[in-house]
Amino acid sequence: MTVKVSLTVNGKPASAEIEERTLLVNFIRDTLRLTGTHVGCDTAQCGACTIHMNGRAVKSCNMLAMQAEGAELVTIEGIAKADGTLHPMQEAFRQHHGLQCGFCTPGMVMSAIDLVKNFPDPSEELIREQLDGNLCRCTGYHNIVKAIKAASQTMRS
Amino acid sequence: MYSFDYQKAKSVADAAKVLAKDGDAKLLAGGQSLIAAMKLRLAHPSEVIDLGTIKELSGIKADSKAVAIGAMTRHAEVASSAAVKKAIPALASLAAGIGDRMVRNMGTIGGSLANNDPAADYPAAVLALGATVVTNKRKIAADEFFKGMYETALQKGEIITSVSFPVPKRAAYMKFKNPASRYAIVGVFVADSGTGVRVAVTGAGPSVFRVAAMEKALAAKFAPESVASIAVPEKGLNTDLHAKADYRAHLITVMARRAVEAAMK
Repeated sequence: MTVKVSLTVNGKPASAEIEERTLLVNFIRDTLRLTGTHVGCDTAQCGACTIHMNGRAVKSCNMLAMQAEGAELVTIEGIAKADGTLHPMQEAFRQHHGLQCGFCTPGMVMSAIDLVKNFPDPSEELIREQLDGNLCRCTGYHNIVKAIKAASQTMRS
Repeated sequence: MYSFDYQKAKSVADAAKVLAKDGDAKLLAGGQSLIAAMKLRLAHPSEVIDLGTIKELSGIKADSKAVAIGAMTRHAEVASSAAVKKAIPALASLAAGIGDRMVRNMGTIGGSLANNDPAADYPAAVLALGATVVTNKRKIAADEFFKGMYETALQKGEIITSVSFPVPKRAAYMKFKNPASRYAIVGVFVADSGTGVRVAVTGAGPSVFRVAAMEKALAAKFAPESVASIAVPEKGLNTDLHAKADYRAHLITVMARRAVEAAMK
């Protein structure tokens, strides 16, 4: 059996016939071919699959695509401006070298944007605490935290 | 994941009808436990009934006496609710410590309670505050709700619609968390209602439980030293790769003392 899912991704409508058991991350990667969203642990621990659904960060590997029916999604592909100008969070990750192998980066950036939205002026301690749903297996946390701190300043101004 | 039929419930009555008809159907709330279990093939429902679109199941109502939280209210909403923070700050802070930010944006109070994971946080608040679990059929007192590991008083076709927490005089929750999953290795919720004290422990046993000796001591004198020397027997407590039963027993006393300290601030 299949079901029809219709939603908005990065401002554009998307819809497809999918199997009921399709995970949202597989829908994003395989059906929509937006492969910036990664599958890391596939068990909702590492956060590499983090996207925004109706303005809130969620782990797309731990939900059905059908749970996002009618929702507005934003993935890592949807945060830079049309002219290629990076989102302040992406720019801060670049500036502060907030990545090593880069695998966790899409999830880190999406989670960090949500973090700064909820805590506009986060301390280093709060960033570390609130980033507990994202794992960097290169253990490059130091620069990730620096990047988020810097981005929180540019995002406020 | 095994395949299943999927439908969005239009109403609670609609969902109850499907549940009553198909014994292998499962309700989907936030899915933060269910989807993970289905991926591991630990759960294989024939039918998934998504409660996500039932608006009336979501929301928070608070007055000076009680806080009522709709079953589909996400942990993040409880954690950031000004009304909950004012009425029962311990409950908001408990919700803010469940899983991680992304899990809290999806997970729901109703889903957590219906699942009754032995290490879940909400059961401790529900039991210690003496909350009432409201379903489509009846009202269930906290003392009657939790029946054992992943077991509750919910019957076939019964759906949690909301949870009502009486506002305590003071309360606090202290959790010794697993650093990876953030589940409670031991969590203790202490609540002083003004007429009595209740102490509920999660993470330590097969299901949440109260500690009568601590409640009695705290009712006589609400102070950290009242519980500091009360030992909970390790018999029946969980032993797993994270902690042995004797360590969990030790942690109960430590977390209870810290919770009382926090409640007095």
